[in-house]
Amino acid sequence: MAATGIGAPVRRKEDQRFITGRGHYTDDISRPGQSWAYFLRSPHAHARIKGIDGAAAVAMPGVLAVLTGADLAGDKIGSLICGWMINSKDGSPMKMAPHPAIAQGKANFVGDAVVLVVAETLAQAMDAAEKVNVDYEVLPAVVDPASAQAPAMPQIHEVAPRNTIYQWHLGDAHAADAALKAAGRITRLDLVNNRLVPNAIEPRAAIAEYDSGTESLTLWNTTQNPHVARLVISAFVGMAPEHRLRVIAPDVGGGFGSKIFIYPEEVACLWAARRIGRPVKWVSGRSEAFLADAHGRDHVTHAEMAFDGDGKITGLRVKTIANLGAYMSTFSSSIPTYLYGTLLSGQYAIPAIYCEVDAVYTNTAPVDAYRGAGRPEATFVMERLVEVAAREMGIPPIELRRKNFISSFPHQTPVIMSYDAGDYHASLDKALKIADYDGWEKRKRESARRGKLRGVGFSAYIEACGIAPSQAVGSLGCGVGLWESAEVRVNPTGTVEVLTGCHAHGQGHETTFAQIVSDRLGIPIENVSVVHGDTDKVQFGMGTYGSRSGAVGISAIVKALDKIEAKAKKVAAHLLEAAEGDIVFRDGRFTVSGTDKSVAWGDVALNAYVAHKFTGQELEPGLKEGAFYDPTNFTFPAGCHVCEVEVDPQTGASEIVAWTAVDDFGTVINPMIVEGQVHGGIAQGVGQALLECAVYDKDGQLVTGSLMDYCMPRAADLPALKVDMTRTRSPSNPLGIKGCGEAGAIAAPPAVINALTDAIGTEELPMPATAQAVWRSLQKAGNRKEAA
Amino acid sequence: MTAVALTVNGKAVTGDVDPRTLLVQFLRENLRLTGTHVGCDTSQCGACVVHINGKAVKSCTVFVWQIEGADVLTIEGLADADGPLHPMQEAFREHHGLQCGYCTPGMIMTAVDMVYRKGHDLDDPTIRHELEGNLCRCTGYHNIVKAIAAGAKAMEGRAKPAA
Repeated sequence: MAATGIGAPVRRKEDQRFITGRGHYTDDISRPGQSWAYFLRSPHAHARIKGIDGAAAVAMPGVLAVLTGADLAGDKIGSLICGWMINSKDGSPMKMAPHPAIAQGKANFVGDAVVLVVAETLAQAMDAAEKVNVDYEVLPAVVDPASAQAPAMPQIHEVAPRNTIYQWHLGDAHAADAALKAAGRITRLDLVNNRLVPNAIEPRAAIAEYDSGTESLTLWNTTQNPHVARLVISAFVGMAPEHRLRVIAPDVGGGFGSKIFIYPEEVACLWAARRIGRPVKWVSGRSEAFLADAHGRDHVTHAEMAFDGDGKITGLRVKTIANLGAYMSTFSSSIPTYLYGTLLSGQYAIPAIYCEVDAVYTNTAPVDAYRGAGRPEATFVMERLVEVAAREMGIPPIELRRKNFISSFPHQTPVIMSYDAGDYHASLDKALKIADYDGWEKRKRESARRGKLRGVGFSAYIEACGIAPSQAVGSLGCGVGLWESAEVRVNPTGTVEVLTGCHAHGQGHETTFAQIVSDRLGIPIENVSVVHGDTDKVQFGMGTYGSRSGAVGISAIVKALDKIEAKAKKVAAHLLEAAEGDIVFRDGRFTVSGTDKSVAWGDVALNAYVAHKFTGQELEPGLKEGAFYDPTNFTFPAGCHVCEVEVDPQTGASEIVAWTAVDDFGTVINPMIVEGQVHGGIAQGVGQALLECAVYDKDGQLVTGSLMDYCMPRAADLPALKVDMTRTRSPSNPLGIKGCGEAGAIAAPPAVINALTDAIGTEELPMPATAQAVWRSLQKAGNRKEAA
Repeated sequence: MTAVALTVNGKAVTGDVDPRTLLVQFLRENLRLTGTHVGCDTSQCGACVVHINGKAVKSCTVFVWQIEGADVLTIEGLADADGPLHPMQEAFREHHGLQCGYCTPGMIMTAVDMVYRKGHDLDDPTIRHELEGNLCRCTGYHNIVKAIAAGAKAMEGRAKPAA
């Protein structure tokens, strides 16, 4: 079985349908009698809705309904919620404003849904929307997070004076203050973590259908976690009881966090489908997605790192303002707090850390998790600080890192996390070797001969994955548990269906999860199907995000397989007329220990169901087991990325000329898939560092509102990537898996910026470091020197 | 409404469409050929690339009436339904050139066209430059580039279909 077992680069089972155009994405599904939804959205960032006249729209051909926030309120459809309660440092709860699926009384960002038009065709719905007359009273807008709390700023929500959602803190303020006071040297940085638009290539979509006979609703939806969507839409929005709402997440074309959340459009489509008695389909346009999908990042930070005279880090103080946009999205509150502040120890032993985060409302799209979610922001703070400090001290940046690396485990940081395993020296050393760091000076001279400035940048990142121990996150305010479920159903013929509460949208679960089952049961991988993304099939699950599906989802499968093996041994014992304790299961056969008596997997599966060899009193027929796995700790993937850039000092244009990634993901199930995850993560991190930024103008208009204006990384923007690994097992789950989905996006931005600042000789460089930004930094620093 | 007639994947098809119907909408909604995807509204992403008379075209950039009588090839028609995969499809699978799969049909149709125009020996910079009209958010392009180079080689000996 080695060819398809744990550690084998098995080619993906799901690829056949994708490469032949036979996938089933939400927009590929058509329901009989389906109608189309179109949302008329606010063109203003902040405006009172004084009146809506839909009469002309209702009279347009094909129109089935023109619905407003007042209609939604009239039908008592509840508000969307944020599911993670954060308390301010004074103990007061976060200020969560109502978030109706269609704006009621006031629109709070450009793109806020104001009217829903349903028609026979999409074109008819769009035509009719043109005829709706909305009377707006435009209000002054709050756009810049750094000034959102100023007294002169308009207040967006009644519940949140000074537009402040919470003022959170973590760590020991006195200890950090004392460390800074006593420091031999302090490195200070002001950083902006630029706002990003996730831009999965499949835009969001929803189809809602109401069955009046059973009074039940079905939602096909581009979601990363169908069960949580069902729970929220039932229990909080009050759309339908949980047992009469089915959520199906079919093939989903990328998520990167942006499809975790429960969005207004899916709620509105469910509501409209029940009102008009027809299936209602909505597919987001790309420009619409720019306005209405949750964005990522958007932090303004001041950070100070204290060192003793020997270059040891003695303390860290960080103050961040996080922009959460106009409404609190599903998990938005947790991103700049427990997924950010808790990672501010990086890979380093730091005795004192204090972090303060103010989260603010602005008249911009909601901001929530985007690949890495809090951890890229933390890594950017840490890896910029360490790099800049080394340059200020005249110490090689890798030496300063080595001097401060955590090297014994478990390691309790001052910011909650207990790192369970790692070897940061090993990943740095391996990265230096693969990157040919010995040849660096020679390459730099060679670049200089061509008139180019060459720079090298490091990023020694850590992240917390395997999200997450339920009790731990519960104590921090999370409204749900973050365990995962699995069910293994063995058919009488011995084939297997594995049901998982995870959801794949590019991660290749249909292959890796089948590898686990095939490896364990000794059956061909073709005989295993992975079932996910349907609340009628999988009982419950927490979905896929936070690099959790390997560490938590696979662990649940392993736990269910333990039970399957135990039950199958009982069946085999009856078949072989032996004691259960004497049965050994290996390579798909059950053998009586010390004899040649054995029975194959398929015979045991069949006999479990025909049940002729045992009575129902001795043993229950059937072979199906479920498990819920709750992790004992987070996992801590870590590694070192090395980026080399060349900059043209005349134009500021830069090129990434080499990239080395060495990551420690613990046990790897499928290295081909894991490397692919690293590639994609790096591309998104490079996008953030060099190209991407969501820009709102002072009135709250999204200037980068389409793919014409928002610069996504293209093939020519990226180099070939050297990807390798080191391995320390995570002791926190049965297979020792750590998780790999976000590492690249976390590691990459500081690696790029550290390389560029090394090349241009000034630390003042914003993200995205476009050619213009680099050129300006060179001008400002007076460093527009000819490369010598 | 406007009557249209064209050939799609070797079959004659007709339709009676709103004149503003794009080719991609006609393929997806009228013919239920949903392998051709829509990823944007500004002709940037390339998820909708098909071949029209043997050339790669973004099917969101043409009204279906504009190509009356044309020969259209979509991802569903690239290989025979019951036969082996096209070498480029096989190369994408072999080299893990896809993750979520949404950009993949457009990538493969672009890649096949690239081979028709640039030959079977495609180097890394050429492939990356030629992919400027196709966006992928999952793979970082690394394995797509590898897949196209390998697929181009594997296509040796295959004649370009007559336009």
